[in-house]
Order: sequence, then C-alpha cells, then structure tokens
Amino acid sequence: MEKRILTARFGKIDPLSIDDYIKNGGYEALEAAVKMESDTIIDEIETAKLRGRGGAAFPTFIKLKALVGEKEKTRYIVCNADEGEPGNFKDRHLMENDPHQMIEGMIISAYTTKAKKGYIYIRGEYDHSIAVVREALAQAREKGYLGKNILGAGFDFDIEIRSGAGAYVCGEEFALIESIEGKSGRSRPKPPFPTTAGVFMKPTMLNNVETFANIPHILEMGGKAYAKIGTESSKGTKLISLSGNIANRGVFEVPFGVSVKDAIAKLGRGVADGRKLKMVQLSGASGPILPPEKIDVPIDFDHDIGAGAIIVMDERTDVVDILLRHAEFFEHESCGKCTPCREGNLHLVRLLRKVQAGSATADDLRVMENLADVMINVSLCGLGQSAPIPLATALDGFGDQIRDRLAQTETKENA
Amino acid sequence: MVELKINNQTVQAEEGKTILEVARENNIDIPTLCHYPDLHIHSECRVCVVEDNWGNLVTACSTTVRDGMEVKTNAPRVLESRRVVTELMLANHDTNCTMCEKNLQCELQRLASNLGIQENRFGSVWEKKEIDDHNPSVVRNPNRCVKCGRCIEVCKEVQGINVIDYMNRSHETSVEPTYGRYLSFEDCTFCGQCSSVCPVAAITEKDETDKVWEVLHDEKKHVIVQVAPAVRVSLGEEMGQEPGSIVTEQMVAALKKLGFDRVFDTDFTADLTIIEEGHELIERVKEGNALPMMTSCCPGWISYVEQNYPDLIDNLSTCKSPQQMFGALAKTYYAEKEGINPEDLFVVSMMPCTAKKFEAAREEMSVIGDDPDVDVVLTTRELGRMIRQMGIEFDRLDKTPFDNPFGITTGAAAIFGATGGVMEAALRTVSEVVNEKPLEKLDFETVRGMNGIKEAEIELGGNKVKVAVAHTLSQARKVAEDVRKGKSEYAFIEVMACPGGCIGGGGQPYGTTNATREERIRSTYQVDSEMEFRKSHENPAIDQLYKEYLEKPLGHRSHKLLHTHYIKRN
Ligand SMILES: Cc1cc2nc3c(=O)[nH]c(=O)nc-3n(C[C@H](O)[C@H](O)[C@H](O)COP(=O)(O)O)c2cc1C
Ligand code: SF4
Ligand code: SF4
Ligand code: SF4
Ligand code: SF4
Repeated sequence: MEKRILTARFGKIDPLSIDDYIKNGGYEALEAAVKMESDTIIDEIETAKLRGRGGAAFPTFIKLKALVGEKEKTRYIVCNADEGEPGNFKDRHLMENDPHQMIEGMIISAYTTKAKKGYIYIRGEYDHSIAVVREALAQAREKGYLGKNILGAGFDFDIEIRSGAGAYVCGEEFALIESIEGKSGRSRPKPPFPTTAGVFMKPTMLNNVETFANIPHILEMGGKAYAKIGTESSKGTKLISLSGNIANRGVFEVPFGVSVKDAIAKLGRGVADGRKLKMVQLSGASGPILPPEKIDVPIDFDHDIGAGAIIVMDERTDVVDILLRHAEFFEHESCGKCTPCREGNLHLVRLLRKVQAGSATADDLRVMENLADVMINVSLCGLGQSAPIPLATALDGFGDQIRDRLAQTETKENA
Repeated sequence: MVELKINNQTVQAEEGKTILEVARENNIDIPTLCHYPDLHIHSECRVCVVEDNWGNLVTACSTTVRDGMEVKTNAPRVLESRRVVTELMLANHDTNCTMCEKNLQCELQRLASNLGIQENRFGSVWEKKEIDDHNPSVVRNPNRCVKCGRCIEVCKEVQGINVIDYMNRSHETSVEPTYGRYLSFEDCTFCGQCSSVCPVAAITEKDETDKVWEVLHDEKKHVIVQVAPAVRVSLGEEMGQEPGSIVTEQMVAALKKLGFDRVFDTDFTADLTIIEEGHELIERVKEGNALPMMTSCCPGWISYVEQNYPDLIDNLSTCKSPQQMFGALAKTYYAEKEGINPEDLFVVSMMPCTAKKFEAAREEMSVIGDDPDVDVVLTTRELGRMIRQMGIEFDRLDKTPFDNPFGITTGAAAIFGATGGVMEAALRTVSEVVNEKPLEKLDFETVRGMNGIKEAEIELGGNKVKVAVAHTLSQARKVAEDVRKGKSEYAFIEVMACPGGCIGGGGQPYGTTNATREERIRSTYQVDSEMEFRKSHENPAIDQLYKEYLEKPLGHRSHKLLHTHYIKRN
C-alpha cells in the first residue's frame, strides 16, 4: 500500500551527512539538470503533472513557466515549510530525515528560472528541522551545490532560512512573503500573483517542501514514468499525516488513489482502543469533516486531501465541540485584514457557543450557514475561505446531531 | 481592448483595467468602502464583490477585466454577500449615527442605506474604546474605525510620516498610533490628511463649532472672521456644488448670516506675508545667510521641520503665516483703530486645514497677554456644518464683498492656496523690487500643478537664482535631505504639507481627490487672473498699513507682530 519515493532514504541515511545523500543517488538530478535546457526541465515537470503539495494543488510547471516569462530578472525561489495547519507534520519529517531532496528541488528550480536567491521559511517551533536544514545548506555550499558558479554551469544561487513567529496565516503565500519582507504577515489581494510580484515585489516561485522534494525524483525517473503513479487528477505519491484517535499515528507515503478508509485501517491500524469511528477530517483543521460512510474515497486532489492530513476522531468526540475548537483557532489566527474573516470568525465562535450551550435557535443556525457561505466565497485569502469548511461539511454529515442541540422551543416551532 | 458584459450590457474596455473602473466608466455603480481614488487597491472590506460567469464572487476593485467575461453586479448572491459583510462591520461599530459627526456624510452609513439594511443578524460585539482627543487638531475615535487602511497609507506613503498602523490581529485588529497611546506623542504633523480620507468618523477634525456659536451669541464680544484663500474654491463643493466652484461672495454672505461682526480676507495678510518674506529673502540672498530660505506658512511643514530637521530651523523664514499675521494685527492695529478692548475681540479663522488649529494654539502666537491671537480655527468642513445647522440656503445667497480694512487683496494672495502659489507670489514681488522694472510675464507656469517637486529660475539684480516648490511631506523630505547635505542648489523653497497645497488640505471637504484638487487649482488661478491687482506690493491697503502702522518691512513693529521663532521638538 505504501510507495516510498520521497521517504525511500528515511532511516537509511544520516540526514546530517551530505555524503550519505550523494551515495544514495542525491544531486544526480541536479547534475543532469544543468546539462538540460530550462524548457526541457519544465516539460518534464508538466508531463509528470506535478501539483502543489501545500494544499492548493496548483500545477507546478505553470509557476516555473510564469517566472521564466517575466521581464524582471531578479527572481526568488521560496520554500514554504511553515506547516502551521493542525494535523500536518509531514514537512517536518521530510526536513528532518532527508533534507537535501527539498534543497536539490529548489536548486533545480533556480537553475530553471535563473533565480539567484532562495528562502526556506520554516515554522519557528521546528527548531530541530531548522538545525538540520541549516547544516544541510552549509554542506551543500561546501560541496559547491550552492553559491557561485554551481557545478561549473555558470549559475549562482544561495538559500537563506527564515523562521516564522508561529502565526498560522504565515503559511499563506502572500502573508509568508510579507513576513520574509519583515512585515507583520498579512495577505495581499491577487492579482498580481507571487510569480509576478512576490518577495520585494519580484517574481517568486513559492512551493511546499514536498513539492520541491518531488522535483529531483521526476527528473530521475522522467515525467512519463512519474505520471504513471497515482490517479487521473493526482500524479505521484502523497505524504499523509495520520493522527487523532488512531492506533498507529505517523507519516506515510502512498500513491495517490489509495482510499482514506484503507489508509486508516491498514496504515493506521484502525481506531485506537477498539473504539468506534465518529468522523474523519481531511487536510487539516480547515478541511472537511466526514462521517464514516463517506470515507471510502481516494486520497487525491478531487477529494480535499489538501496537504495530506487525516485526522481520526472516535465515538467520544462531540461534533459541536470540535467545530467550536476549530472556530476558536481560526478566530485567533485571522490576520484581521479583511472583513468576512476578521469579524466573521468571531461570530461563528459566538454562535457555536450558543449551540454548545443549547441556547441557539434555528435562526441562529441559518445565520451561521449564511455567514459560512459568505466567508468561503468572499474572504481575501485561503484562511478565511476555508475556516468555515469544517462547519459547512459537518452541517451536511452531522446536521441532525447539530439540530438536536438547538433550543427546544424553536425546534418544535419549526417541526 | 477587451469586450465583456456587465449586467448584460456589452462594453469595451482597455486591457488591464479593473471591473470597478470599467463599470464606473459605463455609469454602473458598484459600492466600495476601502477603495479610494489615488490610493492603492486594498481589497480588504470585500464590499465590492460581483459575480463572474464562472460563478465566482470576485472583488471588482482588484479583478482585471477579461475578454468574454460576464459580470453581474447585482445578482442576489452578490447583494447578500455585501449585506453580510456590511452587517459584520456594523456589528463591531458604534452605530449611534444620529450622534456622529459624520452623520449623512458617512460612507458606511450610505452603504448600509443603499443595501437596505434594516436589522443586523449579528449581535453587536462592539466594545467601547478610548477616544484620542489629546491634540488641538484631529480626533481619533476607534469606536468608528472600519480598518480600511486608507489613513495608514496616506500617512505612510503620501506624507512619509508613518505614525499610524495596524495593531493586533484578528477581530482585535485596530488602527492606532505606532508607538504612543495618543497621536500627540508621535511625529504627527496634524496635517489631517488621514481625516480627509477616512470613510467614517474614526479620524476627524476637532470640531470647535460650539465655541463659535457661543461667542456669536455673546453680546459683549466683537467677533471677526478671516477666510483663507483655499476655502473660497472648496466651500461650494462642501455645500453640494461642483468641485472648483468659486463662491467667494456667497461665502461672505453666509458668514454674515451666521452673525460675524466683520468678515475679512486672509488674502490681505497673505499679501503682507509676501512683502515681509520677500524682503527677508532679498536680505538673506544679499548676505548669503541661511540659504536656501524655506517658507513658513504651512504649520504641517513647520512641525515636520521641528521634529525631523531641527538643524534646518534657521532656514525657515521667520514670517508668521498669513493666519497668524492676521491674528496679531487684529488684536493690535484693528482693536486700536476700532477702539475695541482686545479682550472683547474674538478672532475666528476659516481654514482648509487641521494643522492651523495647532498653529493657533502655539504659545508664540500671542501678542497680547496670554490670549491666543486667533481664538478658534474652523475647517472648511466645520464651516459647512455651521451653514447647514443654521439652515442657510447657500445657493440662494446674495453676493457680498469682504469688509475693510482687511478686504482689499491681490491675485498674488489668492494663489497662496495652491502648491507653488506662495512661490509665484513671492517671485512677482521680489523680482520687481530687486530689478526695479515690471515683469514681462506674471505667470510662473513651471511652479504650478500637481507634480511633486517643481523648479523655476529668475534673474535677480543680474544673478540667476533657482527656486523650488514641494508639496506633500514625502516630497518635502527629499528637498530637506538635500538642504541638510548641503547639496541644495536653490535660494528659496516653498513647502506645503498637503497634496496640491492648501486647496487639498486636511480640513477640506470629504472626498477630495487629485481630480478635485486639479479643479480647485484651476479656479484658484482663475480668481488670480480676474483680480484688479495681481502683485502683493501693488495692494494699496498694504501700503496704507505700512504708512499708518508698521512703518517698513522687517521694521521694529513687524518683528514684534509678524515674525516668530521655532522650537526643536522630540
Ligand atoms: C492560511 C493558510 C495557511 C497555509 N499554510 C501553508 C503551509 O504551512 N505550508 C504550505 O506549503 N502551504 C500552506 N498554504 C498554502 C500556500 O498558500 C501555497 O498555496 C503553497 O505553499 C504553494 O505551494 P504548493 O503549490 O507547492 O502547494 C497555506 C494557505 C493558507 C491559506
Ligand atoms: S481571510 Fe483572514 S487571514 Fe486572510 S486576509 Fe482576510 S483576515 Fe487575513
Ligand atoms: S495628521 Fe497627518 S501626520 Fe498626523 S496621522 Fe494624520 S496623516 Fe499622519
Ligand atoms: S481610521 Fe478611518 S481611514 Fe483609518 S482605517 Fe479606520 S476607518 Fe479607515
Ligand atoms: S498645506 Fe495648507 S492645509 Fe495643508 S497643512 Fe499646510 S497649511 Fe494646512
């Protein structure tokens, strides 16, 4: 069920040793890339149908192509290692077990786009990841994979680590970019997109750790072979983070297409302590909440896998409690820039508290649904757009349970 | 060109334009709140959403038009989203509209009214926050802030001051002074530009109309008023007329109706400023002393120098501003002449400016005892408020001229209100005084208009002299940096803190944009061109004043009444 490409070297190499990485095929893709035309590299990635692993599933080749097409010659490569979405911890595993594949992917992207400077934005709490990546960068520099005239191919590139103060929104691309610029981490309206006006308003390719880590493998096996793995919409493998009330938590690499149900049953060895499954949340705190009868779906981008979190909740969990906890999280994490998210999350919290206390009415529920819909459709960035997703999906799957909690008078009137 | 449909109407549009721009070009209105002409696209309030043919709700302010696009600006989903967004704002707002300065002039109120909002589905989450009224000029009322960011951008980017910014996050987001609790603890220049762009009553001028109503009904007081050059080309707009309407004589009539005993013209002391400042310049150039000389009639600029360039204080002209020259003469010359005890004389000024309130409150601006020379300064907006409060039908007023002795003025004074005007007025006088022959051409076109920094060159006694004009404090900074580094090639520099000069001042009607500024500038030069006298030194009343009272420019009395000094601040 597992297919180990990105995790193939996990446990076999010393992550702090670039020599181990090289002995196991590392930097061969880069050696090959610098003999290729930029267009050829982009073609391979297009053929591989690589899509972003950070949540939005955007085709990576389009970003590369966009950068190459920009008039502005100062360009940046940015790796998003913020991993602030609760339930996700796969980027940490990638960085701490095999940091060089991400770095190699960034160097290949830099060669392809003629960018000279890169940033890896790592979540502040990940101090071990930061230490490992810092050491990996130093070693890559020493070996001439970073710095001036890399591999004698006449291109310069170096990478700097930045770390965030822990605001969840700083994983959002523009908030992250603003944070790199030394600002307080709030999103910006699009267009222009980062590929036109990113870091310091220069063209910027911003991708997730796992996305960059895929690039060397694509060049090694070729885009065609890579595209044979996975499903129609989603090619390659996906790192999933299994967590919650599950027997075997952890990060697993599976080809796209494996079902959520199987992943929970086989990789996660089912619900912990033999309890009954209540619900599963995909993608992370901002993902859909599904009842057990809806989890026989493939892990792919058509089914909201996002960054790959699968959070299992057993029979003891109360859906309203979970919704409230999530709402409080988003209410706290909203950057406060746009109205629907800044003000809306506060009202979702207030309304959910009423539901929890049994004092909400059917009207309150309608207001909540309405508000969720507006937040999803008109918030400025992904945070506000996805914050109400758990609520909206739970109303679908657990609507009766939620309505049962409404104030009695109202439900009678409406019945 | 691209072709798209807005509400089923086919329109052609230039590529790269936004849906909002194209809709407005075609007379289709889309409501906005954080958006403001001349400022960046903020796209924060999310009020301007429209539906595209892919079923997405997109913000019209930030989305560019595409060929084949079909936009619905009033689809039910669109209206519902706007309503929810607006209700959310109102739920975190002090919605006591009837007791708000901005009542009937508020963009949020208009939005709510246009959307037909009659109840709020969301309970109020508004918590009362402290109001900052600790300075003489502007009041910040966070209870009314909708976090649109306009003020932040204006302060940071237009003025380069940067004393207000977003603080905190989430629903606790607020717009506050960056360091202290109050604006008065900061490098705020009280220019009021923030207040003129605020859509709601979260930053306003400090309203002092009550003080004026009170003295107008005090039998013992002789209440006089002076009106700045820039007010006559903007008050009409405040009263609902076209931008740039010239309403000088209706304005005088309105002031008389309000009950002022005499209505005078600040243009008179603007002419006087030119005589004094012109002679000061001639002396400095002769002696090569403290050059370049920099103008001192803008209190926003004075604060800016005192706070950021105290080393350049000597470069500032020692002349008081026209407002303060007027105040000093009123409390001395005029009081004596009319036989009024200065204590019973109350001087009000009508200014385009919030910083003038601060200026009038400066300790140095007092020639009799501790009383201020100018007792109360009102902005154009406050004057408009008084006229409305009294129910005066502004459009139907008879034309009335200014009173004497401070009513005879020149075109040179009239242009003080526009950026470059003080410079042009000074050049007209200085060149004729020094060269002792009439100027061939009175119009110095190169110092006019909205360009950030403008230059001119004139001949003075056989020497070529370069001068410069800057407006907005971000442009002023560039000029000041050069002076500080000793790199400035100019003999004389005019600086006005506000974009376009006082016609674009922080106390001018709400909705001031660069387009309306252009209109006011055009009217300003029209006023000048229609005047009998167009050079300050030809003003017969000024001549008379020197003969009767002041003796000579830069003389003993002038020094006492018309000149001042500056203080290093911070
Ligand atoms: C609130 C929010 C948080 C996000 N956090 C992350 C994150 O921690 N890591 C990440 O890679 N992408 C995150 N994203 C997605 C990024 O905005 C962006 O789409 C992604 O990094 C692009 O890389 P990819 O194309 O390789 O996925 C977040 C988005 C939002 C709206
Ligand atoms: S959606 Fe939320 S996090 Fe994103 S810009 Fe708006 S307020 Fe900020
Ligand atoms: S008055 Fe002027 S300087 Fe002060 S905050 Fe407003 S814009 Fe900035
Ligand atoms: S004070 Fe006014 S201009 Fe500034 S953010 Fe608040 S509402 Fe906008
Ligand atoms: S330019 Fe005019 S309106 Fe603006 S601060 Fe200066 S004097 Fe006041």
